[in-house]
Amino acid sequence: MSDSVETAAVAAPVPTGQSGTVVRSTVMRRLIRNPMGIASLVILGSIALLAIFAPVLAPFEENFANITKTLAPADSVNILGTDSAGRDTWSRLLFGAQLTLLSAMLCAGVAIAIGLPAGLIAGYYAGKFEAVSNWVVSILMSLPGLIVLLTIRAAFGPSVWISMIAFGVLISPSYFRLTRTAVQSVRNELYVDAARVSGLSDWSIIARHIFSVIRAPIIIQTAAIAGVAIAIQSGLEFLGLGDPTKATWGVMLSEGFKNVYLTPTLLFWPALAMALTIGGLVLLGNAIRDALEDGEKIRHRKKRATLEGTTAAPAAGRPSRKAVAAVDAGTEHHLVKVTNLGVGYPQADGSVKKVVDDVSFHVDRGEILGIVGESGSGKSQTAFSILGLLPDNARIVGGAIQFDGSYTVAPGEERVNQDRLSKLRGKRISYIPQEPMSNLDPAFTIGYQLVTPMVRVLGISKEEARKRALKLLTDVGIVNPERTFSAYPHEVSGGMAQRVLIAGAISCEPDLVIADEPTTALDVTVQADVLDLLRELQQRLNIGIILVTHNFGVVADLCDRVAVMQNGRLVEEGSVRDILRNPKEQYTQTLLASMLEGKTPMSMLVSSQKEPVA
Amino acid sequence: MSTTQNAPLLTVDNLFVEYPSKKFRAKPFRALTDINITIGQGETLGLVGESGSGKTTLGRAVLGLAPVTGGKITFEGTDISHASRKQRRTLSRDLQVVFQDPYTSLNPALEIGDILAEPLGVQGMEPAAAKKRVKELLDQVGLPSDAIHRLPREFSGGQRQRVAIARALALSPKLIVCDEPVSALDLSTQARVLDLFLQIQKDTGVSYLFVSHDLDVVRHISHRVAVMYHGEIVEQGPAEVVTRDPEHPYTQRLLLASPVPDPDRQEQRRADRHRLLESQRHQIEQAGALA
Amino acid sequence: MIKFIAKRLGSGLVVLFVVSALTFTLLYTSSGSIARNILGDQATPEQVAFKEQELGLDQPLVTRYFAWLGDALSGNLGASWFTSEPVASSLATRIPVTMTMVFTAMILIAICAALIGVAAAVKRGWVDRVVQVGAIVGDSIPGYVIGVLLVTILAIQLGFFPATSTISPEVGPEAWVYSMTLPVIALLINGVTGGAQQIRSAVIKQLERDYVRTLRSRGIGEREILFKHVLRSAAPAGLTVLSLQLIGMLGGVVIIEQIFALPGMGPLAVTATGQSDLPVVMGVVMYTVVVVIVVNLLVDILNGWLNPKVRVS
Repeated sequence: MSDSVETAAVAAPVPTGQSGTVVRSTVMRRLIRNPMGIASLVILGSIALLAIFAPVLAPFEENFANITKTLAPADSVNILGTDSAGRDTWSRLLFGAQLTLLSAMLCAGVAIAIGLPAGLIAGYYAGKFEAVSNWVVSILMSLPGLIVLLTIRAAFGPSVWISMIAFGVLISPSYFRLTRTAVQSVRNELYVDAARVSGLSDWSIIARHIFSVIRAPIIIQTAAIAGVAIAIQSGLEFLGLGDPTKATWGVMLSEGFKNVYLTPTLLFWPALAMALTIGGLVLLGNAIRDALEDGEKIRHRKKRATLEGTTAAPAAGRPSRKAVAAVDAGTEHHLVKVTNLGVGYPQADGSVKKVVDDVSFHVDRGEILGIVGESGSGKSQTAFSILGLLPDNARIVGGAIQFDGSYTVAPGEERVNQDRLSKLRGKRISYIPQEPMSNLDPAFTIGYQLVTPMVRVLGISKEEARKRALKLLTDVGIVNPERTFSAYPHEVSGGMAQRVLIAGAISCEPDLVIADEPTTALDVTVQADVLDLLRELQQRLNIGIILVTHNFGVVADLCDRVAVMQNGRLVEEGSVRDILRNPKEQYTQTLLASMLEGKTPMSMLVSSQKEPVA
Repeated sequence: MSTTQNAPLLTVDNLFVEYPSKKFRAKPFRALTDINITIGQGETLGLVGESGSGKTTLGRAVLGLAPVTGGKITFEGTDISHASRKQRRTLSRDLQVVFQDPYTSLNPALEIGDILAEPLGVQGMEPAAAKKRVKELLDQVGLPSDAIHRLPREFSGGQRQRVAIARALALSPKLIVCDEPVSALDLSTQARVLDLFLQIQKDTGVSYLFVSHDLDVVRHISHRVAVMYHGEIVEQGPAEVVTRDPEHPYTQRLLLASPVPDPDRQEQRRADRHRLLESQRHQIEQAGALA
Repeated sequence: MIKFIAKRLGSGLVVLFVVSALTFTLLYTSSGSIARNILGDQATPEQVAFKEQELGLDQPLVTRYFAWLGDALSGNLGASWFTSEPVASSLATRIPVTMTMVFTAMILIAICAALIGVAAAVKRGWVDRVVQVGAIVGDSIPGYVIGVLLVTILAIQLGFFPATSTISPEVGPEAWVYSMTLPVIALLINGVTGGAQQIRSAVIKQLERDYVRTLRSRGIGEREILFKHVLRSAAPAGLTVLSLQLIGMLGGVVIIEQIFALPGMGPLAVTATGQSDLPVVMGVVMYTVVVVIVVNLLVDILNGWLNPKVRVS
């Protein structure tokens, strides 16, 4: 959720080859390396030690009153002075720490004892138990803690322990919800299915696979809840509703507030103690979350393999920028020309991770260029740099992009020039995404999402745009355009949503369409229809298309020319017949050899032992 | 080629699967209707269909992960349609699974060694013996033996899928349900993993129920192929026949929809597809006119 | 939509009933001898018995509860055991004071947290870092400690504001605003820091969604994307955060009013609690639950309006 204060927005470098033994130890190590983590551990550790050894460290009993020495300033006997009854502030702070920490632990303990098992059962078995618990939780969550504690105090009298047990019950929904959500998400994970297939009992699955997931969130939650418990318990005591025989920070704060005109320092010490303790807990929670998220980030990045690529020093392998000073004469007629493009992501250690390196190609009007490659080849990053829609932390580390005779990325520029591109985007360059569903805003009707860009970009009236949108929907093969127009995205199928997105892409009659894996998320039969649609539109409107795909079949179906990419570099480029029939580069040959079409069934495809099986 | 002459390893008769509806008193959702398949020893049955066709549900029903509401699933002569967890534990020696997504099918918090030892431990194998077996398995799927102490996130998609295959192989099963095991992989990785599946079958004589949306993949790996559409099997038979000369209109459409990597042959296929769609539309209209 | 509201309203009434029954049971079964408590240690057993009869404490609990419920439904919440003042009327004089403070603070929180949170999400950089640090600091210091420090420093040491704010709204807006400034600040600081942090995360999450990139590709301006699409999608999360803060604030305001000696619900609740004045405690709990139910209902309606999936189904 949140980046740590120190590391800001830039992700930490991926520690490849790190021999992660046990997750816990890695988290612990990251926690200690984090200044926030170590600070919180030191603060909480010291307070805990002071509390444990309070009877030894405190020079006086907690209620020992020297009435001849009230509201005294600090001296060698009472190192923090005394209160209005002549009691030693330092001693009372120590005993207060003891009670405060114990009561916070009691509260968290009660909350865990109720919330955790209930959450496990509700999450794992669902059904009636979950329905009932959800209802109870919704009631508990709608009761303000302090009001409940006042009621408890009215019923049971002043007792730290009873009020903390009550608060534990009241706050147990936070553990319940946390556990239930975690269990629900894990329950449907494939590795739990695999464990079930292996015949693992429910308890073994919970112990092995589910506890490992919720352990850390529980610790984070406990830190937060302990802080809240301390705050609310002290608040109760501050109101004078605590146990008057006990020295607590809340009572001390109240005592200080009563004497605020005489000795405001009395206020300061309990306030400081509370802020330090609660602050320590908050910091600890944040630090653990950061430590866990670093691990998450690594996992996440491997998943989003498009971001992977060759790591190179900032300057290494960059072609001389000065060689491309202006739009080269004779290239103005190209619709798009990409010259020696490099895209990189600055890393925390100062290096730049290159995901696109020295890539050059061009597209003309009425032409379809396919960019083919596997995940991590940089094909999508290349496409997004033409659109100017790279992530914020991406940098152009080399080369230039020109569109219709002028630069959108001039040589030497670090970033895509948004001023130049925002005038082109939607109007002359448009985009067809991969996932149809996630690329429509679920809160607006399909009609609205088609009409608005036309109103903004073409400056036509809403009514005119509406007519056009209905026409477009018919053009992309939607049978009942009126109904689709007024539908919300979740009311249409994936195939239809993709047609809507295609309609949106051509709505302002662009010159160039960038289609990023436009058929990958669709079923094969739907894919064939969408490919037909793209071909028909492209021929009718005479637009240029850059088609990013991993599928050579799609390339063969649509493209005039094709560029093959690997690890951020362009491997080879040529007409579709040349590349598919006579690939020159080893990599293209390997890729084509991996195609199954036309292979002897059950033959080995790439392995060394070429002998057919069966 | 295969040993289908013997009694089949797995038989599914008139299987129905229905999920209770989330909405109160609504009709349950029927995922599978009247499914009949058999798989012989050492045989691969390919199961192909589009998303939502029920192909994954069939695999899950065999594994006991989907509610069987009618019909019978027989494995080696025993009815396993409603096997208890205890029976599943015994059954897991012979019946295993490889899932689609290599990222979520391995617990990110466990080391590879622990993941592979899990099925062994359930069967009561000693830790030392289990460790030896884990090393054998890593070797069998072509992973280095130092993988044992590493976490899933340190491996690529293809390598993780090898781990998942190794986990399935741990108890030397007789049948592995493979649920889209190569669809999340890159082209060249897919080829290597398919090679691995074939090599393992050759070495161990294991049977596969191989679920995929990709007709080319299914053709390549299967002895026989069943085509699913809207929860039913619309066609099944020898792989060569079903994937090259299908009878059912849906399979015909499926075959011609899959593009081939050559512009001229693809143009031909496109034309064939348009002709097919036209004639199917024609037939439907005629049928409508007759009715 | 009307059906949806009716359903929520119904479940709200059920909650009200359950909470009142539970609170009643809890209060009247565990408070020891109530009559002895009221009359003090010197009272004779006869006096105690008479007092019990007078308060109806000799009746079975269920009878007493339904008697209370019947009265409550007709607007009679009983009378204080100590001052004999009707609970309903003492609530009526105090609720306006508390509610003005709470809603002023909530509106300010909503505005400030949204502005700061959105700014942090969009601009990142130093604004973002300030929000992060602010959230940690805000979480670390309870609101009443902030209140105590504000009084000590700004009112007592520097004399910028009155230390106590017993002025009622009638004295004229200026003096009233002047005296309410510190308590409202004390109430809202935690809310602003925590709320800004959570709104920031919600907005960042929405900014990373695929459709935002597609909207950009369609030539829609950044401002329109942010205000029309992103904020709308992030709003339900923000509303939930705010409603939880309001629930918490109903408790927090009790201490703040005590600090600033404001004649709101706080002193009433604290005195009643200390004396175990059960009819008053019951009244305070009921008022709180009603406020919470109304707020939750409003949040549900707003969410239904924001999310077409809820609206359609």
